Amino acid sequence: MTTEAGSETEVKEKGEESAALPDQSETAKEESQEVANVEGEEKEKGKEKEKEGKGITRYLPTWFKKQKSQSQTSPTKEVPATEEPVSKGLEGEEEPAPEVNGHAEEVEEKEEVKSEEVKEATQPESNSNASADTEPPAKEEKVEDTTAKSPEETKETTDGEGAEEEKKEPEGHVEAETDGGESQTSIFQSPLRLVRKNKMKVVVCHVTLLDGTDFTCEVEQKRAKGQYLFFKVCEHLNLLEKDYFGLTYKDNHDEKCWLDPTKEIKRQIRSNNWQFAFGVKFYPPDPSQLTEDITRYLLCLQLREDVASGRLPCSFVTHALLGSYTLQAELGDHEPDQPRPLDFISQLTFAPSQNKEMEEKILELHKSHRGMTPAQADLQFLENAKKLSMYGVDLHHAKDSEGVDIMLGVCANGLLVYKDRLRINRFAWPKILKISYKRNNFYIKIRPGETEQFESTVGFKLQNHRSAKRLWKVCVENHSFFRLNAPEPPTKARFLTLGSKFRYSGRTQAQTRLASSLIDRPAPSFERTSSKRISRSLDGAPVISITEAGSETAENGRDHRLELHSDSKSPLRVHGDNIYVRHSNLMLEDLDKTQDEVLKHQASISQLKRSFMEAPPPSPPQPNQWEKRLTSSPATIRVQQQQVVSVPQTEAASADNTSSETKEPAKTTEVEIEETVVIQEVSRAPKLGVVTVTADLPAAPPAEHEPQDQKVKIEEEAAVVEEISPAKPEKASSDSESEEEAEYHPNVPASISQSQIPEEKEEEEEQMKEEEEEQKQVSAPVVPSLPVEASQPAELMSQEEEESKKEEMQVEEKKDDQEEKESGRETEDSTDDPMVTPEEEPEGLVLPEESAEAGPTEEPEQPKMNGEASLVEVDPRPQVICCSEPPVVKTEMVTISDTFAAQKTEIATKEVPIVHTETKTITYEAAQLDGNGDGEPGVLMTAQTITSESLCTTTTTHITKTLKGGLSETRIEKRIVITGDCDIDHDQALAQAIKEAKEQHPDMSVTRVVVHKETELAEEED
Amino acid sequence: MAGIMKISAAEIKCDEEVDNNIYRFVRAKKEREKEESENMAGLMAGFGHYTHAVVRGIPASLAKEALRTSQAEVDLTRARTEHEAYVEVLRTRLGLEVVELPADESLPDCVFVEDAAVVCGETALITRPGAESRRREIEVMKEALKDLNLNIVEMTDENATLDGGDVLFTGREFFVGLSKRTNQRGAEILADAFKDYAVSTVPVLEGLHLKSFCSMGGPGLIIIGSSEPAQKALKIMQQMSDHRYDKLTVPDDIAANCVYMNLPNKGHVLLHCTAEEFPESVKVFEKLKDHMLIPVSNMEKVKVDGALTCCSVLISKNPSI
Repeated sequence: MTTEAGSETEVKEKGEESAALPDQSETAKEESQEVANVEGEEKEKGKEKEKEGKGITRYLPTWFKKQKSQSQTSPTKEVPATEEPVSKGLEGEEEPAPEVNGHAEEVEEKEEVKSEEVKEATQPESNSNASADTEPPAKEEKVEDTTAKSPEETKETTDGEGAEEEKKEPEGHVEAETDGGESQTSIFQSPLRLVRKNKMKVVVCHVTLLDGTDFTCEVEQKRAKGQYLFFKVCEHLNLLEKDYFGLTYKDNHDEKCWLDPTKEIKRQIRSNNWQFAFGVKFYPPDPSQLTEDITRYLLCLQLREDVASGRLPCSFVTHALLGSYTLQAELGDHEPDQPRPLDFISQLTFAPSQNKEMEEKILELHKSHRGMTPAQADLQFLENAKKLSMYGVDLHHAKDSEGVDIMLGVCANGLLVYKDRLRINRFAWPKILKISYKRNNFYIKIRPGETEQFESTVGFKLQNHRSAKRLWKVCVENHSFFRLNAPEPPTKARFLTLGSKFRYSGRTQAQTRLASSLIDRPAPSFERTSSKRISRSLDGAPVISITEAGSETAENGRDHRLELHSDSKSPLRVHGDNIYVRHSNLMLEDLDKTQDEVLKHQASISQLKRSFMEAPPPSPPQPNQWEKRLTSSPATIRVQQQQVVSVPQTEAASADNTSSETKEPAKTTEVEIEETVVIQEVSRAPKLGVVTVTADLPAAPPAEHEPQDQKVKIEEEAAVVEEISPAKPEKASSDSESEEEAEYHPNVPASISQSQIPEEKEEEEEQMKEEEEEQKQVSAPVVPSLPVEASQPAELMSQEEEESKKEEMQVEEKKDDQEEKESGRETEDSTDDPMVTPEEEPEGLVLPEESAEAGPTEEPEQPKMNGEASLVEVDPRPQVICCSEPPVVKTEMVTISDTFAAQKTEIATKEVPIVHTETKTITYEAAQLDGNGDGEPGVLMTAQTITSESLCTTTTTHITKTLKGGLSETRIEKRIVITGDCDIDHDQALAQAIKEAKEQHPDMSVTRVVVHKETELAEEED
Repeated sequence: MAGIMKISAAEIKCDEEVDNNIYRFVRAKKEREKEESENMAGLMAGFGHYTHAVVRGIPASLAKEALRTSQAEVDLTRARTEHEAYVEVLRTRLGLEVVELPADESLPDCVFVEDAAVVCGETALITRPGAESRRREIEVMKEALKDLNLNIVEMTDENATLDGGDVLFTGREFFVGLSKRTNQRGAEILADAFKDYAVSTVPVLEGLHLKSFCSMGGPGLIIIGSSEPAQKALKIMQQMSDHRYDKLTVPDDIAANCVYMNLPNKGHVLLHCTAEEFPESVKVFEKLKDHMLIPVSNMEKVKVDGALTCCSVLISKNPSI
């Protein structure tokens, strides 16, 4: 485990370097290649050995294989193609990326080759520019260029290209070695392997479409991501408003799972069953707002199936009515001359319990729809279906705390609790502070009611850990899609691999609405199939050959882009007379049903416009602001990234969807810390919502900074983890599905940049805008300081403090921006900042976190983030816990204030080298606040250390500010991860960490210290 | 149970001021009316568009034998007079088609027909009243509803009890009070009968029925009593609902039981208590400017826990469907 971090980082470094090179020039490439080769060889060798030793070999082969294949096919081709940034970006980045992931994972498992390397690696992990600096001089120049790009971009791009390059040369070596190795994939063994170099292995995916037909598509077996297949399907369907849809597969337990677009397909399905189903993932609450009829049609198909299968229960009358609209849509007007015989209708399935009476009723109603066009009939169908109480509710079996069977329903509005058919509780998204799961438990932390002082956590038992995680994911996605204006940014490099980093990666509903409002194509014609689900031939199924893959993807990219920009370039796929549909935002707004929605929408739009107009042009080739905002989908991002190649700065900006301004301080943020202690200090002070916004700005009132805390809750968490989590958890984490727990703070609009909209009040919008403007203006000057900070890990705190002083804003964690982003989820506080809106509904408000997100990209914004974080008001509170004391509480899960839940992680992924971990968590906690002590008893106790002599330490600091009921709370969380083979004196480490924390923040009290110890035990766990 | 009920201020509109509520009501009315108009076309017919009413006579046994929570003497004559007036309002003033069932002396509570059936759309759920003595009330009711061509669903489960008085239909969903007369199983069966709608349960800690302290005053408007149990119940309902409801708080719980209709050519109609009974509450109703307000005297039946809604089953026969 220890090695993981190191190896990963190494890989990434390579990737970055290599990536950078190709972009710049061929020469650069060559150079980089050389370097890469050398490094790669060494590393690979080491890895192989390690792998063999551990028996993880099987993973390796695949990896190698991929690399080989790629290197031969894509690298050369892709590089030259750079001229078409968009297409390339999509393709190259997408596909190659998987490699990297694979790499990282494997590496993780392997033992460290060189401790030194590891250390170095850690730094780069932080994503900051600092990492770049660290890199060897020869590469520096190139690196610098790359650095300009935002961390994400670099990663992706680098991953793809870099990986390829790496592999090219190392290939030979690797192969030889691998062959010699014991467990090699069949592929390797097969004589054909040489051939493969030239050819990627493709596999045929079968996708069941909503009309029951089958769509087949070839994808590259190893590296194709879910997105690729999904785009292929959407292309086949001619679907532009694709964000409501997704692909599902059946996992090994025959349970339906959503295919994550950002991950490799192979990784997810974990079997050779390349069977998928296309379906509605997010049911639009108001289908009439969909822009295109074809989208509504597909939604109808899904709902017909839902209704017919009983998944969407409805009454007899509703069955009949829906059925009649279906008939009208599919058959047109009822023809009295040739009355459809009842037996014909009985061939169609309208309801789970269909009878003659219903069919007669359907026929009767069908007659009354005379003159209705298919599109109208579909709309009527949807207008009725959407009112059904179970519309869009995704049900999950669970038990409540008393073991009573219940159902948990996830929907656009929140989480519903059913017992039998009765709704017994409901938790609207605004009420939920945090969603987490651990093992087979699923928890939601509820915002305190008017009369209550503390949050409460409600737990449910799921059947198993998988279903708990699945439920959690669905919640995260639904919340993000329906409540956020922009998805939270993908987790960037994280120091700890605790918990799942899964986040919704697609566009949110707000974004997709905006995007679809820009759809500018004639309404596509499409054929409505009968409910009989007669399968038709799949002539159109495109077969993608390896070589072609690149170009094809490019197409996708374009299409995607087209959506956003309403490009005229988009190929017209429509034949015949089509109605030219163009929807304006206003139209959409008018359609909004609820005032709130309208307001939100308007607000978002106006905000977007504003920010667009007002935002200072970051760089000449500045990508359209709208694009940036709108593009949460990876495809678009990539496009932008490609552009970046030409214009580095722009890229950086684009990398973060939210931020419009270009800045790369984010990278800097990454700091290598050699000590890992997680400390959370929280102070609460009565504070005004405005603070967050202002924080970035120098102009911001100093008063805010000052500790006004009435309630000071300081939590220090010192986590000593023996095993280092992979430096770049993103990839690793994404891959590993084994994480047993994860958290998500739904209310935190962290990802939402300026686009956030106050839900109810328009006036507030204006305020926000103004504030935003201010921020932008102010922020600019601050920028320079950030990058510097990043480079110095150890001094994070001090630097931060200094900076904060300078800015008057207390920005403590500039370096940690990335972390913050991540941490934002963990930190509950951010959600609450009602800076803009004092109301209780957090969503509407612009939270500090938002700014944080934007921060990395935009210089000015960054400070905001920091500023927010920085606003630490120290409240010396008596509730300090003695560090010296032995762990008081062993907690599995903290019921009320589970801050540490995220800290524990057991890494058990099939794909990832499997390390069996035993976890030991010790929590020191101040007695004060929420009764954490109630938590379940500690999990496991062992502590065997693992191999390797190297000690790796990482310190993460999170500062979060929360406004709760007039009290602002600042929480600093320090996380120190110590990884090493040798025994670590935890007590000492802990004491040291706490001591340091106290020194750094004298005014704050230590609320909690959590020691988390992970030991590698055995090979497998799951 | 599964969760702790909490209500966030954000989600709930808790204005204590009636005026404010009314303002909101007016403001939100547009929205609602839009929805209503949609509803007309769709399967969920507009809320309150009643065409028929089923009522039943008052047996002489009511005076002595009807169940009651308080000891009060009922003046049978006056009760009958009041009831006749009530029926007259429905029939003459509002133009509903009234089906009048004969009283049954063996069923002293039979006048309170609401408890015997829940009708929504085309479906009628024949209940299983919580009070043993009232079980046979459903027989005649069932026949009457059958004659109206409704789809009859019967509650045969012997573990289930449900009084119609515990069922609040808001036009978008059901709330079922879990009371002395209604249990979980009964609510489940109701949920099964009306699959289109969400059915949420609300504990009724005090009072006989859920509707003993609340009722609908319009689409999206809940009239609620000001007692603590009533307010609690409202909060629960608001939390459980995906929809937003305005509330109209009246000082007297029992006055919160009104009959709302939305009738062609008449618009919003509200049958409510008289000023003689609850002067303060009536003042509140009088602020509903858009409603046709019809005070209906209910001084006698209330002594046996009969409220305004109890005395009729309202049905909307939508000719289009």
